[in-house]
Amino acid sequence: MTKGARQPFRTAVLILVWGWLLMLVLAPNLLVVGTSVLSRDPAEFIRLPFTLDNYIRLMDPLYLDVFLHSLYMAAVTTICCLIIGYPFAWALSRVSKRRQTLLVFLLIVPFWTNSLVRTYALKLLLATNGLINNALLAIGVIDEPLTLLYTELAVIIGLVYLLLPFMILPLYSVFDDLRDELLLASHDLGAGRWSTFVHVVVPLTLPGVLAGVLLVLLPAMGMFYVADVLGGSRNLLVGNVIKNQFLDARDWPFGAAASVLLTVAMAVLLFAHRLSRRRLGEEGG
Amino acid sequence: MTQTLLSLRNVSKQFDGKTVLDALDLDIQDGEFLTLLGPSGCGKTTLLRLLGGFEHPDSGTLVLSGEDITAKPPEHRPLNTVFQHYALFPHMTVFDNVAYGLKMEKRPADEIRQRVSEALALVQLDDFARRKPHQLSGGQQQRVAIARAVVKRPKLLLLDEPLSALDYKLRRTMQIELKRLQRELGITFVFVTHDQEEALSMSDRVVVLKDGKVQQLGTPREIYERPANLFTARFVGETNFFPGVVSRIDDEHIAVDVQGLLRHLRKPTFDVRVGQPVHVLLRPEDIRVLEPTADHGFTGKVIERNYKGSTLDSLIRLDSGQEVLASEFFDEDDPTFDYRLGEPVRVSWVDGWEWLLPEELNEAEVLSDDLNAEAPAGDD
Repeated sequence: MTKGARQPFRTAVLILVWGWLLMLVLAPNLLVVGTSVLSRDPAEFIRLPFTLDNYIRLMDPLYLDVFLHSLYMAAVTTICCLIIGYPFAWALSRVSKRRQTLLVFLLIVPFWTNSLVRTYALKLLLATNGLINNALLAIGVIDEPLTLLYTELAVIIGLVYLLLPFMILPLYSVFDDLRDELLLASHDLGAGRWSTFVHVVVPLTLPGVLAGVLLVLLPAMGMFYVADVLGGSRNLLVGNVIKNQFLDARDWPFGAAASVLLTVAMAVLLFAHRLSRRRLGEEGG
Repeated sequence: MTQTLLSLRNVSKQFDGKTVLDALDLDIQDGEFLTLLGPSGCGKTTLLRLLGGFEHPDSGTLVLSGEDITAKPPEHRPLNTVFQHYALFPHMTVFDNVAYGLKMEKRPADEIRQRVSEALALVQLDDFARRKPHQLSGGQQQRVAIARAVVKRPKLLLLDEPLSALDYKLRRTMQIELKRLQRELGITFVFVTHDQEEALSMSDRVVVLKDGKVQQLGTPREIYERPANLFTARFVGETNFFPGVVSRIDDEHIAVDVQGLLRHLRKPTFDVRVGQPVHVLLRPEDIRVLEPTADHGFTGKVIERNYKGSTLDSLIRLDSGQEVLASEFFDEDDPTFDYRLGEPVRVSWVDGWEWLLPEELNEAEVLSDDLNAEAPAGDD
């Protein structure tokens, strides 16, 4: 039987996939979770006994402030990405197929350059005697250079710049699936543009919106190098806290606890996304 | 009784310089079942989209019950569409799909509930109101699409090849169902199809379209029995064409020389003169296949036979080289009748059953195109 002949290949593929997931996804995450409930050791990084102190310390107003500020910047980033990405993705799905391929390609091109390098490039643009200030001075819009770098705005610009494609691509995918006939049917049944948008377009693109939010919000909280390069000392992200705990404070258990918190937040959002897709009954219809 | 509901005057539409509708005039009567029939790219779908308001004509006017609706958007036209792929909203239940149009009219909730259940009862889907479209079969989705359109009580229902995605059996059932609905609701139906059988069996009147022009407008019987031109004759049903020359004319009859045989035929509606070439059209079921010993008809040989259940279709090559399709019903007296391939026969018909058409310009093109061999989906 062909099933018998395919068995070895099947087994090999399954072992590879499961091995990969166990080694590189499950094991590291278990190590992080495990570390988060251990105590700090100055020499060996971690030691017994088990404790929940690290999680309790996360509730410290100092860290809570960082977390909330980080969440706030990530949320603003997400909203900006959504405001730019939603119409962009809609327009993208409306142009001819050949143009679509080209535009999606252009969207992906920046990924070929390391994002840290691109962040430094952004720094050159935003600096006090950077390109933007010089240009604005030259055309006489401003008399003195603006303070762009090392501000909250700079961090948000950086995050939006780096994460926008992650918002556009899932949105493009849902807009691409949105059949013209549904919009025509809505108009046919007496709905104007606004009603059609609210009752048909928004609900049908919601899974894409949630996927985009998922792909922007959490990474935005973790991209410590953006805050490092563009934000100065006051605009920290949760990612900075985690990085500092591991590299500077040498407090691995506490860093791990902060990391677990982010992972749990991700899981909650993933669950919400799944729920919304199921509500639409996936494909069909 | 026959009151005009919607009239199109001189309507033209071009896409990328290609004329899709060419100065079209059409009157749609109140309460009729009108079918737009034609091959791929004939303009029937574009015409339907113009009626729905999804496209606007380059020139010409659309007048609905005395009101010019040419520039009106779809949401302000008192007519509704059943789309080819149903276009049900996948995130809404069957109930919400049907209620959508009424909610847009801001009807009170009680009235909406009442009218939606009536519409669902009409298409026999009362028990499915809570389901999502993807939980329904193709036929059921089709019914929801119809309920969603008729719940608005439109003056005109537009149906864009609504049965093309269904299998043969379901298609037959839905054809009967649609006719019943149309009778019960008294709504005017404009139905688009490329399936001539469907057009003939369902319609009060059929519009045969080609190259954006009306080829013929008439009842199914007129279209089938008295085609206005060679295109209609070829597109609707199977037809045998015999070339002939008019040899004598009197008050009611003409004599036509058909490949050496003189036949006395009814005088056609067009003007004829002696010596004029004409086409003698005969449907396969009007062809008589006779014993080779018969004293009239063309001689030929059976080259193909095709058992169809209720009929036996045979292809006969005449000595002239022409091929003739004959369709004969099985006879109770001789249930086993059949032909051998290569069997010599004679082919004739009863004078008066034929239909005459004059020669046309470019007729070679019309006669050679394989009109019926088109893909079922993706018109225009």
